[in-house]
Amino acid sequence: MSVSPPVPAPGLGPGADAPLAGRRPPGARTAPGGGPPGALRRRRWRPRRSAALWPYLLIAPAVVGTLFLLAYPVLRSVIISFQHFRTGELIRGGAVFVGLENYREALGSPEFWAVVRRTFAWTAVNVVLIMVIGTLTALMAVRLGRRMRLAVLSALVLTWATPVLAATTIFQWLFQSRLGVVNWLLVAAGLDSFRDHTWFADGTSTFAILVMLVVWQSVPFAALTLYAGLTTIPGELREAARIDGAGGAQTFRHVVFPILRPLFGLITSLEVIWVFKCFAQIWAVSKGGPDGATTTLPIYAFQVAQSLHKYDLGSAISTLTVLILVAALITHLRRILRHEAEVR
Amino acid sequence: MSGSRPAPGAARRPGSRPASGPAPRPGARRGLGAGRAAARRPAARAALNLAALAVIVVSVFPVYWMAVTAFTPTADIQSDTPSFWPSHPTLDHFATAVSSDGFGHFWRNSLLVTISAVLLSLAVALLAAFAVARLRWRGRRAFVLMVFIAQMAPWEALLISMFVIARDTGMLDKLSMLTLLYFMATLPFTIVTLRGFLAAIPPELEEAAMMDGASRAVAFRRVVLPLLAPGLMSTSLFGFITAWNEFAFANALIIKNQDDRTLPVWLSSFGNVFGTDWGATMAAAALFMLPVLLIFLALQRKVTTGALAGAVKG
Repeated sequence: MSVSPPVPAPGLGPGADAPLAGRRPPGARTAPGGGPPGALRRRRWRPRRSAALWPYLLIAPAVVGTLFLLAYPVLRSVIISFQHFRTGELIRGGAVFVGLENYREALGSPEFWAVVRRTFAWTAVNVVLIMVIGTLTALMAVRLGRRMRLAVLSALVLTWATPVLAATTIFQWLFQSRLGVVNWLLVAAGLDSFRDHTWFADGTSTFAILVMLVVWQSVPFAALTLYAGLTTIPGELREAARIDGAGGAQTFRHVVFPILRPLFGLITSLEVIWVFKCFAQIWAVSKGGPDGATTTLPIYAFQVAQSLHKYDLGSAISTLTVLILVAALITHLRRILRHEAEVR
Repeated sequence: MSGSRPAPGAARRPGSRPASGPAPRPGARRGLGAGRAAARRPAARAALNLAALAVIVVSVFPVYWMAVTAFTPTADIQSDTPSFWPSHPTLDHFATAVSSDGFGHFWRNSLLVTISAVLLSLAVALLAAFAVARLRWRGRRAFVLMVFIAQMAPWEALLISMFVIARDTGMLDKLSMLTLLYFMATLPFTIVTLRGFLAAIPPELEEAAMMDGASRAVAFRRVVLPLLAPGLMSTSLFGFITAWNEFAFANALIIKNQDDRTLPVWLSSFGNVFGTDWGATMAAAALFMLPVLLIFLALQRKVTTGALAGAVKG
């Protein structure tokens, strides 16, 4: 096999903390004057002629896969959103372009805007709860004794390991009306009105249970990541703040938070993405019901396509969903892409 | 798709230090200074432990309740006072779940789809990761950027077009369609992680082997691959979890041929399968969760540091 020279070992360059493939080390081994990289290298045992093709052969399967299984579906989704595409077109083909009609229909319906508002509320409630509980849990974990901390972190990992569909099933059992343990606990606590209470018949309580479910599943990631971040803050810094008379809240605001700001930003953005486009939990528990009380944008798009067979309108809603999410996270995405473009 | 969730493998062993990233400074781990102050006051200490206990109970209870229910006889489940400990443990519910209609089918489907997707993704990603980490070529940056964009793909927004495409190409109700989707869903992450692992292996090792007369292929197989094993392991386990748990596409693309459903979809319809037999439902959920739990345990022990290094550096 003939391939071009390997890149320098990681850990030599200034970016030693992240092995950056292909970055030249300072005092490059390559020829000065910038000939083809590696042209004047010592090691001559690499045949050079066929080398040029190898990388492209190696990435070919990945590129082909991405084109067919990702780029094409994305493109198709956008195309369908500009077509008239219902059951007839699905079976017979021959969809015609109708311009922005689907978007006009989506944006013109009050239902769509109700769903958008609900999706924002859903995202806000979940993300705020996840971040607050996650932060408090992490701050608590660093202060605990060794054994207690181990227990807390293990419990979080257990929650994290629970598959989404196992969790949705468990929560439906917890909140079951007649035999559910939650109702039993509430009745035992003296709240007799909860005897045989059917949680999933009411929109608000279904929404609340779904929030609990998503928060329960998402806190471990936030808490464990923040905990890892907290352990990198030198104790001396807090000590100094304390000696200067800062309380716990002040230390967090002026010492801990500024240091971990990038981490907070990253976790918040990730949680926004996950909660916003959350599908499995809602669909498995309520399918968007009762009476649409838990219909968020991804659920709405799927319903419109699946039950109304309006694939065109559903695609338009999907596209709008992505656009809204991108708009909400534009600064975050720009930062990531710029970072990737620079580093790699 | 749940594939965008973070690699559970990235969870380090509780209480251990981050394997990479900023080096922990001496004294940073223990209590962060302020912690020691809190520790000195017994009241604060007690409050802290109480809060910790609350977190533990809330985290563990749902899973614990699943396990208890799965082992409790139906008569006890239906009694007015729930028993918080299976005093008469039984395996009946597991027997009901295992002997339920098509259970073997769904396990086979899930395993087949998951394992094929993971192996495919691993093979394709290894080639690409090698090209990115070891070779120098025009367009590499563009390729890496493509991978990162693919990693952020809005999978949930593609449900409809995937349905249409699957229908057009006769792939509807086919497990191979799911396999391809899960392959694609895990591919970007796999490339990024393997690239990180590969980059951490000094090329000098291969070069030394090649100086000694080994061909590039032999050098790769004998030198790099063994060193890469933990990386391959944790990456594939992450892919396994992603594909194993995936619900939205399995739900949308397997419609007519009910025997071709995967476990998550089957579990989501537990009402049709088990009616109000909550013991069997919880047993089924526990069986579904078991492989994931085992993987988490394996990841905790063996490849935690590797997974974390790859995840952070990727």
